[in-house]
This record gives sequence, structure tokens and C-alpha cells, in this order.
Amino acid sequence: MALEITVNGSTRSVDVPSPDVAALVRALGLDGKRIAVERNGEIVPKSRYGTTPVLPGDRLEIVAAVGGG
Amino acid sequence: MNAPAEPNVVADPLVIAGRAYRSRLLVGTGKYRDFAQTRAAIDASGAEIVTVAIRRTNIGQDANAPSLLDALPPSEFTYLPNSAGCYTADEAVRTLKLARELLDGHALCKLEVLGDSTTLYPDVRETLKAAERLVADGFQVMVYTSDDPIVARELEKIGCVAIMPLASLIGSGMGILNPWNLKLILEAAQVPVFVDAGVGTASDAAVALELGCAGVLMNTAIAQAQDPVRMARAMRLAVQAGREAFLAGRMARKLYAAAPSSPTAGLIR
Repeated sequence: MALEITVNGSTRSVDVPSPDVAALVRALGLDGKRIAVERNGEIVPKSRYGTTPVLPGDRLEIVAAVGGG
Repeated sequence: MNAPAEPNVVADPLVIAGRAYRSRLLVGTGKYRDFAQTRAAIDASGAEIVTVAIRRTNIGQDANAPSLLDALPPSEFTYLPNSAGCYTADEAVRTLKLARELLDGHALCKLEVLGDSTTLYPDVRETLKAAERLVADGFQVMVYTSDDPIVARELEKIGCVAIMPLASLIGSGMGILNPWNLKLILEAAQVPVFVDAGVGTASDAAVALELGCAGVLMNTAIAQAQDPVRMARAMRLAVQAGREAFLAGRMARKLYAAAPSSPTAGLIR
């Protein structure tokens, strides 16, 4: 199924086998990466990726650690 | 006679929020040429605590591209996620909560709320607000602030685990512009005080430790040196030298040397 969502500020259509955070993370090629996910302003703990739904229109933030002072 | 090698380095640990560290040099991981240079410089610095920024992932880019975490595995270093680039308490709290999730519940963080994009001077009102919320939420907050002793006192009262005043503006390399304010903060603080920002070269770091700071946090002074790896080593040595000098207790300053270093008796005339 294709989900129209906003990821990191840009709107995109993502093809996922199921409408949940775990499937989205895999579809974006971020499976196994050290990331943190926020859905509509709420942090999604890693343990709940599989049970947290992703619905059309959702706003997701996916962050990682980068070099910085 | 051989003096024991660096006798106080292990016997004199840096303690932050109940955890002991050997190195008093905390380093940032930004502005390096590549991850290989980042790693080489941080190894040369001897730092155990490294700051990292939290940013949006680049969706669609090669997911297998090397990352900071490959160069600096979290198993080898204590990550200090920071809220650099945040201009409000809301942004900073949100960023550091994401960092905590990213780092599996790691509570230690560096709070930084900026007030101005030209000077990168801290906004202490927003910093105080964010510190209250983060401490209430269980974070161990090392806080970047101005060198105002009253603000430092308030941040300690809120429960921050370390107070980190600037020595001069972030990235300026201007060194310690107001050692007297740092002295006032140091005199009052019961938690470790770090100089965070403004160090330009090794002598600045040594002075910070000589003043009694628990340590120094720096990024640009190493990353933007002509030879970052060599400067990292210089900073490690400067921090050790400054700490040793502080513990040794310097001689009093005198306008005249009232007593020469050599005996006055027995001179050949």
C-alpha cells in the first residue's frame, strides 16, 4: 500500500507492506540503523515500531547522531 | 630516580553525575575533514566523552554510507548528545528526548539554547526553562551558559550536573576573556564547571584547568587547527598540565623576586 506522509519535512508517498512504523523504517532503508522516530510530535520507542500505526497525513521525524560540537 | 608516570591522572578522576572519567578533555565531533580524521583526532585527544548533534536522516541517500557511529562506536565512548542549533526551550527539549531514545535511554546530555545566530550566544531564559523540564524528566544535564555567576547558580539549583560557561564565543578561538567571572562561578559551584566554547589553543585549555575548572569542552580549536590530530594531542597535554598545576598550587605573584632561586652564600668573587 502507498502512504502519503511527511517525513523530515517533505511530503512523499511510501510503499509499505503494512501501515506501521517498523514497515516504514524498512521501506526507507533504515532498518537496523541507530535512529529515533517521532510520529506527530510523539516519540515512538523502538520496542513499539511494530505496533505503532502510520496513517495518511502523518508527520514523521527520523533522526540520527551526526558530528557536532 | 624515575617519577611515576602521570601519578594523578588516575588517582584524580573527573566525576560527572556519579560516574568517573580519566580524561578532563571533552571534545566535539563536528567540522572534521572526514570520519578517519575525526577518529584520529579524538584518539589523540584521549577524550572519553564526545558530543554529537541530532539531525534529520537524509532519506533516500545510501543507507550504507559510513556514519559517525561506525567511526566512534558508542561502546568505546560516552556520547554527549547536544541541542546545538536550538533557539527555544521547546526545540532543545524535543531534540534531547529524541537523543535519549536514539541512545537507548542514556540520560547524560548537553543543553545548549542559542539566542543569536551571529554570536551563538546562549539565551539564558530559554536555557533555564529547558533545564527545569529536562531535570524533571530525569536527564543529567550539562549546561552551556554565559559566564554569569547568578545564572550559573540558578542552573545548579535546578539540578544541572555540570555548569559549562563560555570562555568566549563559540568557534571564536578568542580564549578566556573573563577569568574573573569564571573564578566567581567556580567559587560558588558544588558541581563540576567546564569551560565550553572559546578555547583557541593549548594555553587557553591549561589556563581553564589552572583556574580550577573540572575540564574543558572544545571542538573548533582541534578540528580547525592546521593539523587537527597534533592539536588534539596538544590539548590533551595542556589539560593534564593545567590540572597538575592547579593541584600543585601556584606560587604567589610578586612584582620583584624577593629571593633569588640560587643561594647568595658562597659566590665566587
